[in-house]
Amino acid sequence: MGLIIEAIVTGILTGGVYALMSSGLTLIFGVMDIINIAQGILVILGAYLSFVLQQHFHIDLFLGLLITMPVMFGFGVLLEFVFIRPLKRDRTMLSLLVMYGLALVIEGVLNLIFSADLVQLQGWYTTASFNVGGFYLSYIYVFGFLLAVVLLAGLYWLVYRTKFGFSLRASMQNRVAAELIGIDVERISAITFGIGIALAAAGGMAFGATNAFDAASSYDLISRVLAIIIFGGMGSLSGALIASVGMLVVEDVTSVVWSPVWASTVFFILLVIILVVRPQGLLGQAEVRKQ
Amino acid sequence: MSLLETQDVTKAFGGIQALNSCSISVEQGSITGLIGPNGSGKTTLFNVMTGYERVDGGQIRFEGRTITNASPDKVFRLGMGRTFQLTRVFPRLTVLENMHVAAQRNDLKGLFSRWSSTHEQQRALELLDFVGLTKHKNLPAGNLSYGQKKLLEFAFILIAEPRVILLDEPAGGVNPTMLNYLTSRIRALNERGVTFLIVEHNMEFVMGLCSRIMVMHRGTKIAEGTPVEVRANPAVLEAYLGD
Amino acid sequence: MKILKMVGVLVLLACAIIFPQVFTDPTVTTIAVFTLIFAAVATGWNILGGYSGYISLGHIAYFGIGAYAMALFCLHWNIPGGYEPFLLVPLTALIAAVVSIPLGWIALRVRRHTFIVITIAMFFIIQLLAYNLIWLTNGSTGLGLPIPTDWGGYFFNYPFYYAALILLVIAVLVSWWIRNSKFGLGLLAIRDDEDRALGLGVKTVASKLAAFAIAAFFAGAAGAIYAYFVESIYPATIFDPNFDVAVVLMVFLGGLGTISGPILGALIMEPLQQYLNLQYGENGYNLIILGGIFLLVMLILPRGILPTLGDLWRKYRAMREQDTAVQAEEGMVITALPGRVGRSTAGRDESAPTAIAPNQNEPGEGINV
Repeated sequence: MGLIIEAIVTGILTGGVYALMSSGLTLIFGVMDIINIAQGILVILGAYLSFVLQQHFHIDLFLGLLITMPVMFGFGVLLEFVFIRPLKRDRTMLSLLVMYGLALVIEGVLNLIFSADLVQLQGWYTTASFNVGGFYLSYIYVFGFLLAVVLLAGLYWLVYRTKFGFSLRASMQNRVAAELIGIDVERISAITFGIGIALAAAGGMAFGATNAFDAASSYDLISRVLAIIIFGGMGSLSGALIASVGMLVVEDVTSVVWSPVWASTVFFILLVIILVVRPQGLLGQAEVRKQ
Repeated sequence: MSLLETQDVTKAFGGIQALNSCSISVEQGSITGLIGPNGSGKTTLFNVMTGYERVDGGQIRFEGRTITNASPDKVFRLGMGRTFQLTRVFPRLTVLENMHVAAQRNDLKGLFSRWSSTHEQQRALELLDFVGLTKHKNLPAGNLSYGQKKLLEFAFILIAEPRVILLDEPAGGVNPTMLNYLTSRIRALNERGVTFLIVEHNMEFVMGLCSRIMVMHRGTKIAEGTPVEVRANPAVLEAYLGD
Repeated sequence: MKILKMVGVLVLLACAIIFPQVFTDPTVTTIAVFTLIFAAVATGWNILGGYSGYISLGHIAYFGIGAYAMALFCLHWNIPGGYEPFLLVPLTALIAAVVSIPLGWIALRVRRHTFIVITIAMFFIIQLLAYNLIWLTNGSTGLGLPIPTDWGGYFFNYPFYYAALILLVIAVLVSWWIRNSKFGLGLLAIRDDEDRALGLGVKTVASKLAAFAIAAFFAGAAGAIYAYFVESIYPATIFDPNFDVAVVLMVFLGGLGTISGPILGALIMEPLQQYLNLQYGENGYNLIILGGIFLLVMLILPRGILPTLGDLWRKYRAMREQDTAVQAEEGMVITALPGRVGRSTAGRDESAPTAIAPNQNEPGEGINV
């Protein structure tokens, strides 16, 4: 029983980290109708950036975010401008393929620079742990979760309480109408993309501190993140949060109760179930038949 | 004889009551007009009749048969065709291919044989000729002008030999000469037994073409009669001016 | 014109048949085998992605299923190396197709954007199953396939080459036939405007599912041949996302929705990919270059080579003939009605009253090219 509780707790904590990575993706989809398939590798890129800052400049992982997040934000805006904006027709499809090509390039570069050795981010909190009602919990899990909470709260505030957020939500609902009332949808898109990538940087740091990774880890990541946002409903921030925590908890509990081998499969089985029962995801919008 | 009728149909979108106990009846063989100020529910009525929207309440009957909430393809197969306000043709298919999409085949074998079988091809070409688009038959439909697309849409519905056609603002954005042409096509078809229900804002077009007109306002029918009667009806005037 | 096309196709086919007899170098024929295999996958995939517009980014899962089916049959039915395994290919393809049906049904319930993502997720699910269903698939240890011992030297590649060629030819024939059938027209209509197609009586759900399964069929068949060719398969190597992307890229490069586009794409991409993997597979350059090519193609030639060439050719011809684009404004002649439209033909004058408008050429305004 204690193991199950431990599994639930770790599930919630890691779920928070996945929520960070997924919310960027779902936000980008919601505003721009674009599936950023490169999100996985960008998370890894963020992780490597934190790694470099820590290894070579001895900057603490969390403090390093003050550097990596803005940098990745800028990178995201740049990517949007160079690779997405020029696509006029068939945006969703082409952007998917373009981002995949980009992901390949980034993966190749990372492979080149860092080789295929597995690395893991280090800090006092990754090794030290504290005792919680019978089991040991590594500090990093809690810190990572707190980071996720803070950032997601910030995101929530941004999206629901600011003027920018208003414009963002308007663009999400009806691009054309938003443009008609003077919202610069292009600018919003670029900024949103940047935010999504900045969140990936943060998620990358948290991920990298709790898992050994290399460039190829991106595949596993992206498949999970995609499953999460489909489950939660593409375009829904709260959906991403609920799905992240929910699916991670189920996975961790399955790992304990059944076997670790099946845990990740269960993750995806959940996805299939939701697709059969409710194709638009938990909080997604049902497809409306166009007139 | 009533070919198409709705009975107390209601439909709301969120807080907006688009159709409010709307009952209309379309006579067989008529060209009936449906007018009303913006927001009166005309297009919504079309949508529920042709299966693009579900009703909240009420009944829809076609040729005596209840078709409430039937799917669009079922409705089409039963013999009711419709056009859309913003023309919807298949832009990457050629004009001729567009015609064939709607040609119905009911057997499995038919599904796998060539789409341009002789008998259908002949019919498709006849109809293209009828609307005057023969010369463009191999052009991608996306290259047609707006008016030509309207004609194409009109034509490919005809290939299924519908008994009633619902036209949603056919005159919208169309120049006068084309409009005359369209009117003549409608009349010609009507003489052959096709019933029409036309939603339109262009009064001249409607009054000149339709033998019977119904007026909608705020989701329900407020007046009905010949063009002369409707024009003189004070309730109609109030509906248009009062809002 | 049509005869010219037919002759051209036959010539190409003849070249393909004698190719390995002329170029006997095993390295060359090996690349050729891979090219043919992936050309078949691409052609099949195009039936779904190109015709209906539903881009499945995980169809390689069925490639893998075909591969595993082949390996398992050979294992459990004690099939020796030789020509027998080739006889199993249709069976493995059928299995892949059958598996794809429930998955396709689930995936096709949503519209395009979500569909793409779901196919990716399904790919990973199947890969995971390959890892985890150890009693079936042997997990990450992988499975071996029978090795034909009496095919020595450069002969070894020949049976594979011709098997793959036959598969490709069948795929092309099926693709061509679908393109000209009512079924195919329905798919194309779905691509342009699915709701409208549905409204006009096209059976959209069944059509999409059929295309999905057909694409899975060819992917499965190709996977079976591939497995037999490479002699051993592992979840990591068979369910490789890069295969998937390569196939999609091939189709896009050659021309999405065209019949020969996928083949052209395969002819370009596969040798290139093999070369890159060989030269640069170690350090990651291969990914960079591949990704870079991908990006270039997407940004510059989004429609693919063949359609772009087709457009250029059309423009060239238009310039040569100096078509007058200006059509007579509103010129129309009201013609006689087609007799069929709901009326009796007994003894009536067929022609409707006519009114001849000013210019007699076409109804409607000018065409925008």
